[in-house]
Amino acid sequence: MMEEVKEVTSALSVHGHNIKITDVVKDGDALTFVIVSQKLSGTGEYHVDRTWDDFEWLQQHLFSQEDVPGLQGVIFPPLPAKASGNASAKIMKQLGVLGLGEWQPYCKALETFLQQVATHKILNKNKAVEVFLTSSDAPGRQKVKKNIFNRLSQAVEEMRKEGHKDVDEFFQTERDHNLVLTGCTKTAAEKFLDMVLTEQKIAVACGHFSAALHLCVEPGEDPDKKAFSRLCVQISEVFDSMKKNMTSVAENNVNTLGLGLDLESRYQEAEKEMLFRRTCKLVELENARRNAEKAKPVKKAAMEEVKTATQTEFQQICGVARQEIKQFHGVRVKMLQQALVQWCEKQLLTAKESTDQFNQHLQAFRGMAQ
Amino acid sequence: ELDDKFEVLVSVKDPEKIGEVYEKHCAFQTTLPMFRNKTFTVRRRFSDFLGLYEKLSEKHGPNGFIVPPPPEKSILGMTKVKVGKEDSSSADFVERRRGALERYLQRVVNHPSLIQDPDVREFLEREEWFEEKLQEVESADQQFRKLHALVESLVIHRKELSLNTASFAKSTAMLGSAEDNTALSRALSQLAEVEDKMEQLHQDQAANDTFSFAELIADYIRLLGAVRGSFDHRMKVWQRWQDAQAMLQKKRETEAKLLWANKPDKLQLAKEEIAEWEAKVTQYERDFERVSATVRKEVVRFEKEKTKNFKRQIIKYLESLLQSQQQLIKYWEAFLPEAKAIA
Repeated sequence: MMEEVKEVTSALSVHGHNIKITDVVKDGDALTFVIVSQKLSGTGEYHVDRTWDDFEWLQQHLFSQEDVPGLQGVIFPPLPAKASGNASAKIMKQLGVLGLGEWQPYCKALETFLQQVATHKILNKNKAVEVFLTSSDAPGRQKVKKNIFNRLSQAVEEMRKEGHKDVDEFFQTERDHNLVLTGCTKTAAEKFLDMVLTEQKIAVACGHFSAALHLCVEPGEDPDKKAFSRLCVQISEVFDSMKKNMTSVAENNVNTLGLGLDLESRYQEAEKEMLFRRTCKLVELENARRNAEKAKPVKKAAMEEVKTATQTEFQQICGVARQEIKQFHGVRVKMLQQALVQWCEKQLLTAKESTDQFNQHLQAFRGMAQ
Repeated sequence: ELDDKFEVLVSVKDPEKIGEVYEKHCAFQTTLPMFRNKTFTVRRRFSDFLGLYEKLSEKHGPNGFIVPPPPEKSILGMTKVKVGKEDSSSADFVERRRGALERYLQRVVNHPSLIQDPDVREFLEREEWFEEKLQEVESADQQFRKLHALVESLVIHRKELSLNTASFAKSTAMLGSAEDNTALSRALSQLAEVEDKMEQLHQDQAANDTFSFAELIADYIRLLGAVRGSFDHRMKVWQRWQDAQAMLQKKRETEAKLLWANKPDKLQLAKEEIAEWEAKVTQYERDFERVSATVRKEVVRFEKEKTKNFKRQIIKYLESLLQSQQQLIKYWEAFLPEAKAIA
């Protein structure tokens, strides 16, 4: 409830760039996240418990701010879909890479969301952000009034506006480019996830083989039996190493490039939504112009007012949008670069460690008595 | 009751005449865990006792072990028994020999090193050895089938990974060409190339899994079938011997009937048949001993070869695995500067 938002200073009292989610607690279906932020004054930290519904509360508040000109031009940091402790296959599929790794990637994605909101010059002025990060009570769970940002509620005919020709080349180019990138990124993220899932299957298969080899070990004094048993145990250790290697490879994939592609994909979608809002406003403006032109004298003044107001809104949105797009271009390249570098470095390290391990095994076998 | 002093208690019973040969029925009681059963028996001829001594003294004598000697051969004493001379001296002879063999065997099994000797084990437990080995073959067959299925599953997943990697490579290439930031676009194209190379690595690894492992295990499943076959053949040879003994017994009964019915002309034929079957029984028993010994040697050889072959394959497998990893390192090291160059 809006009344629950205390009167606080408009500036955020904590640092935005180093907000951390330090823990996730599963209680049946519900997941609770522990969020730690550093006070600006340097005198300590805030620790708060939040569920996904609280995150959604925050997001709704951001969408429904009333006194911000050009708010619709903001590329809103994307919030990951709701996760459940006992997630169905459908939800897991929707979450993609975020559904793996015991919720660690999911926490990272939520963390990124908060950091992006808290460092956004327009959004971090919203009191809801301060409440979310610092209030020891859970923010109110009541749904905020229906906001204009809920795409699902948009009528089907509104979707046709997506293709509406733009008046500005800069925005038309951006829209076209976004359309292509959104598709490509989504596909790349999906294919990447397929790879990771197969890597996990290989790890499991190696584990099974390793365990089955242990069953070949037989007790007995017979020296030939003992020799074969010893060999089976050692081969089992090789497959165990292979399992560890594959598990690391999959983990590295998820935690670096997987997260990166997922974030990029959701961010492209967020930009798409912003561009769509602007397009809708453009259509609204063009309609208002037409109405003003065609209006009968008695209605003319009212129509002109509407036209002027809509024009102002549109210009404000365009102003904010240009800045957001410029910022977005810089941030996404940096983020992808980081993801690719980290990915490469981690996989390189894993490959080197595995090489050492396999080498040790090889030497041990070569050294075995015939 | 088991005497505290002896961990294996031996008793040798009076000899039984089976065919032309006297067999001693030897009974054993033990609490030693290395034996399959707590009590077991085996039938052995005098020559088996002598043969055991020969093997043990050859193996352990040179190392300074005192190998207990068996009683000596006595042709005169044995001939009297064979001829059926029922007098106190041949009864004495039989008892002296029985006791001597019992004490001989008891000394051998009391010796802490000799009891471990595989020839002693085989002497004592012959049929048990074959039963145990057959069971091992059965369980090895089960285990190998399971292993084979698991390797096949691994191969399927690797091939799947190869396909997934190719798919991802394609999608990365498309992303790279859609990207307008030059450095990022270049890096993504390089990434697509790296992933293409990895696809090949995964395929090679799948082949490695198949040819180093799956095929080897499949071979051994077939080989185990052959081992089982040799055990079956041994059983057939044993059966032939048993059947011949039964036939010999029938012929003897026929002779007895003819003697009682006083038919001298048919008696001659009966005596000829008895001689024929006695020869067969002796021959078939020798065959069984021979086939048994061969199967035993073959099984031991099979097990040694098995270890050798698996060891050789795992080394090949590891070498290939290492090659893959080293190749992977090269690819990552080449890509890293590309990733860092994205501004």
